[in-house]
Amino acid sequence: MTQPAFTESVFVLTLALLLIAPLAIAGLALINTGLGRSRSAAQSLLGSLALVSVAVLVFALIGATITDGSSGTGHIFHLFGKPWNWAGTGPIFLADFASQPARAQLALLFQFLAVALAVLIPWGSGADRWRLAAAAASAAILSALIFPFVAHWAWGNGWLAQLGLNFSLGAGFLDPGGAASIHLLGGLSALAVVWIAGPRRGKFPKEGLSTAMPGHNAVYVLFGCFVALVGWLAFNMSGALLWLNAAPAALPVVAINTLLSAAAALAATFTVTQVRFGKPDASLCANGWLAGLVTSSACAAIVSPIAAIFTGAIAGIGIPLLVEVLELAVSIDDPSGAISVHAAGALWGLVAAGLFAPRSGQLTAQLIGIATLLGLFLPLIYLLFFVLDRFVPFRVDPDGERIGMDLHELGGGAYPEFVVHRDDSYR
Amino acid sequence: MKYAGLLVMPAGFFLSIAAILLFPDPAPRAAFVLCGLAVEAMGLVVAVRGHMERRGEDRS
Repeated sequence: MTQPAFTESVFVLTLALLLIAPLAIAGLALINTGLGRSRSAAQSLLGSLALVSVAVLVFALIGATITDGSSGTGHIFHLFGKPWNWAGTGPIFLADFASQPARAQLALLFQFLAVALAVLIPWGSGADRWRLAAAAASAAILSALIFPFVAHWAWGNGWLAQLGLNFSLGAGFLDPGGAASIHLLGGLSALAVVWIAGPRRGKFPKEGLSTAMPGHNAVYVLFGCFVALVGWLAFNMSGALLWLNAAPAALPVVAINTLLSAAAALAATFTVTQVRFGKPDASLCANGWLAGLVTSSACAAIVSPIAAIFTGAIAGIGIPLLVEVLELAVSIDDPSGAISVHAAGALWGLVAAGLFAPRSGQLTAQLIGIATLLGLFLPLIYLLFFVLDRFVPFRVDPDGERIGMDLHELGGGAYPEFVVHRDDSYR
Repeated sequence: MKYAGLLVMPAGFFLSIAAILLFPDPAPRAAFVLCGLAVEAMGLVVAVRGHMERRGEDRS
């Protein structure tokens, strides 16, 4: 596919945006830490750094080769007379990276940041019981085998991106801000982790309802939401430039849509929790805000501002209810709410992008992208994690869970001057 | 039961792919893609119910 010329000013603008995008990673790390317990806080933040490190190293060594859609024609097979581009043919170990075209270099930088964000999403769901070694191994698997294919298919001229060209389905599968490649993938990985690691001890007692285990620091969580907003703006705008070939003049609308989506989601969650519980719930409101941002990853560069408000509001209404359903009805212990926020939020955003997009056939293209991630990658991720669990056990031993991940894995707590009380939730 | 559900899900994906290959008209194509998604949703529900049953056994 031919792409328009990438002028020097667009290059500088995209690079500047990508330098701000890591704030989304920092925000998510803060949110994950705040939603976990105080005795696992240091492990959570150090783990975030470790997972980001593992992800970018493995992606540089293996994943980038598969993802790259700029060099060569890609690995293609033909079925029913149509080409199916299923893997990239990038240089191994980033050889000659500096001599590649400017757009290809920026695209790879975007993908490095995207994989770093994707591996952090399941980390929050496994809080307080997922061993760091197992999480690092999972991050390596995601960065080497899963994310590169999804990213190539959606961003690197892969078969999903070419659905428009080959099957007249709108503009092909659109994922400008990484709703599918980052958030849906991360949310599905979170589901697999929660299934394999099981709930925290005492979460679902033998009798009665599940035990409430609130996050230990609402300030981390809410400040993380602010930090994440800046990163999200950068992700959505740079994604629009790179994957939709948007003109710089179109970026203010992308930024406004991102803000509107998050704001509408927060307003909706605030209202829902106020009505249901009598007072707004801080952690659910944070989840609502984040769900609005996740939805904007799919929609912000495609839909109108009024549609962005609508999609954000629907996400804000649905996400807190889904968090409750997953915990109370389905017995899923997801401390960060990643399955609801990232997986369900991204699913809704991708559908909304198809519903409100101007081109015909766009909704079908979006649905095929969703079917691919849900039907192909969820079972694959579960299988890979299930096998990994046999070699590197996911769950910490009961004693480690009792004393907390900080003491067990790091030998020291995040708040050494605080007295840590016995956990009354153990029954 | 969880594994049965997860095994059903790829069938939905292949149904969606078959839809774009076999149906050039937009309406039946979209309908079959939706059928594929419905199969995936069914597989997910079975997997989730399998998870719930195991949790129930762990509690009792």
